[in-house]
Amino acid sequence: MAVSTSATTLVVAGVPDQGHMRSVLGYLQRNPQLVAGLLMIGALVLFWSLGSVLVDVKTARPLSAQPELEPSFKYPLGTDTAGRNILAAMIVGTPITLRIGLIAATIGMAIGIVLGFSAGYFGGTADTVIRGITDTILPIPALAVLVVIASLLTKALTPDSMGLIVASLAWMSPTRTIRAQVLTMRERTYIEVARLCGLSGPEIVVRELVPNLLPYLGASFVSAVGGSILAAIGLEALGLGPQNEPTMGMTIFWANYNGAIIRGMWWWWGPPIFVIVFLFVGLFLISAGLDEVANPRLRTRA
Amino acid sequence: MSLGYLLRRVVVFVLVMWAAMTLIFFLPKLAPGRDPIQDRMAMLAATGGANTANIADMVKAYQTNFGLDQPLYIQYFRYLGNIVRLDFNYSLAQYPAKVIDLITISLPWTVGLLTMTTLISFGLGSLLGGLLAWPKAPRWLGYLIPPLVTLSAIPYFLLGIIFVYVFAFVLKLFPLGGGSAFGVMPTISIEYYADILYHSLLPALSIVAAALGFWALSMRGMMVTTMGEDYMILAEAKGLPARRIFFWYGMRNALLPQTTSLAISLGHLVSGALLVEIIFRYPGMGTLLYRAVTGFDYFAIYGVVYFIIVGICLATLLLDIVYPLLDPRIRYQRA
Repeated sequence: MAVSTSATTLVVAGVPDQGHMRSVLGYLQRNPQLVAGLLMIGALVLFWSLGSVLVDVKTARPLSAQPELEPSFKYPLGTDTAGRNILAAMIVGTPITLRIGLIAATIGMAIGIVLGFSAGYFGGTADTVIRGITDTILPIPALAVLVVIASLLTKALTPDSMGLIVASLAWMSPTRTIRAQVLTMRERTYIEVARLCGLSGPEIVVRELVPNLLPYLGASFVSAVGGSILAAIGLEALGLGPQNEPTMGMTIFWANYNGAIIRGMWWWWGPPIFVIVFLFVGLFLISAGLDEVANPRLRTRA
Repeated sequence: MSLGYLLRRVVVFVLVMWAAMTLIFFLPKLAPGRDPIQDRMAMLAATGGANTANIADMVKAYQTNFGLDQPLYIQYFRYLGNIVRLDFNYSLAQYPAKVIDLITISLPWTVGLLTMTTLISFGLGSLLGGLLAWPKAPRWLGYLIPPLVTLSAIPYFLLGIIFVYVFAFVLKLFPLGGGSAFGVMPTISIEYYADILYHSLLPALSIVAAALGFWALSMRGMMVTTMGEDYMILAEAKGLPARRIFFWYGMRNALLPQTTSLAISLGHLVSGALLVEIIFRYPGMGTLLYRAVTGFDYFAIYGVVYFIIVGICLATLLLDIVYPLLDPRIRYQRA
């Protein structure tokens, strides 16, 4: 459960002493959204970690089983036209799909944090330039641009290059929202105090602003992961994904390509849909839960 | 509405279009690689998938058209020039056809489907969201929130797959796909339009169902904020009828930010709807893009992508122009 520990440290923001741990647990009790979301992502992690031990993942490759079998005891989720064991494909593909999202979101957030903090805190020319560029690129439909990039690459796409492609248009909305948050934070009294204490600009950003924005940054990171996975799945559904990896989007592409939907082969397209919905709802709940940590006023709302 | 405001919006539109076209031109060039066109053509020739005799011609047409032997900046300006003249060259996959002709056939399908679904999901979702935040609304509405949250988290086309399976494959209530009955010639008759409508219902339903949750949830957020405003208390203290308070004091004010988010998420909406088309083999831009990508038809990819971007930017411009009519504060600002 690597995900849950990292999220709890995020809530505590350091100092993991006994009293803090108890208050975190108490807080989690009052934030069922966050708990439910973490449990859902935890269940996915469990699915692939247990699955890769219990199921022979080599059968996720094409031609490893008799094609187009209905679910049976040997192949609980059946096989596809190319002879992949769907269950094994799901076990192999789930972490890859998540990995694409994590790579894109990490890069997008990193750029967003640097640009957002410099625009919001330092203002002036930096702000004008950064905001101008962000606002100009933001209305461009990402999928359209990504399609052109992905289709013109000569080398076969790998999950990592897929993540990089998605990242190239995943930084605008973090930049924009972080800038807005920093703008409101900048006027708070404790920033004023820090400035009077003689802290330099970068010091204030790193020691005062970033820690206070951590839950907020966490929430936007989680929704960036969701957005990146959505973009990647969209590209994959068009056939622009890692051809040799059974990611969720590629599985759906192959299923649609081979007419599995109108032939009633539900065991082919059903499992990736289930994993994707599970993943998205889980990420949505975590993001909403972290939003509540970041913005306590939301707690009073029903 | 002031002329200055209109002019500013048009300048922004041109700027965004230019940025998009520039991105599309330069980003693929950053990636290391040889000439992808040559590679793909050779691949097509090897598999015998395309009309092999024309391949050399097409490569030449591509190279002179995009001036690939010229320095980069000349290529760039030529590319911009071609785009302004809507010249996207021939389709590589369906050779004698020009890309622009393929687009002219596909575009009305997508525009029709999108306009219908966006209006319905925006209107219905906003109304639902407003009611969800309204204390006097019936209790059972609250039970809709968890399914709405789930729906808003699902990509449209996944819902499309489930709908095709349930309503078309199992229940056989709707056709499995396509835009009209197979082999029927387009005529101006009620039957033909009814057939088109019948074929578009299931794709439309999957877009509306998935988008509804998003609009309802964001409207609920806006409405909660609006409910806290002083004028709402005043309206109630005046003894105005609940219906009037809801629509004219609550909904009307909460709808403003909702319209802004419509403009912001238009790109997502369109991309989502395009992917739905693929599942239903609906003869619009999404299916055209899918065919272009799977057939390595680069001219068609560029053409379709260009039209998607123009469409979204134009719709955003339209919303920007309509917005001051809804919000007097913008109308009188910096006139």
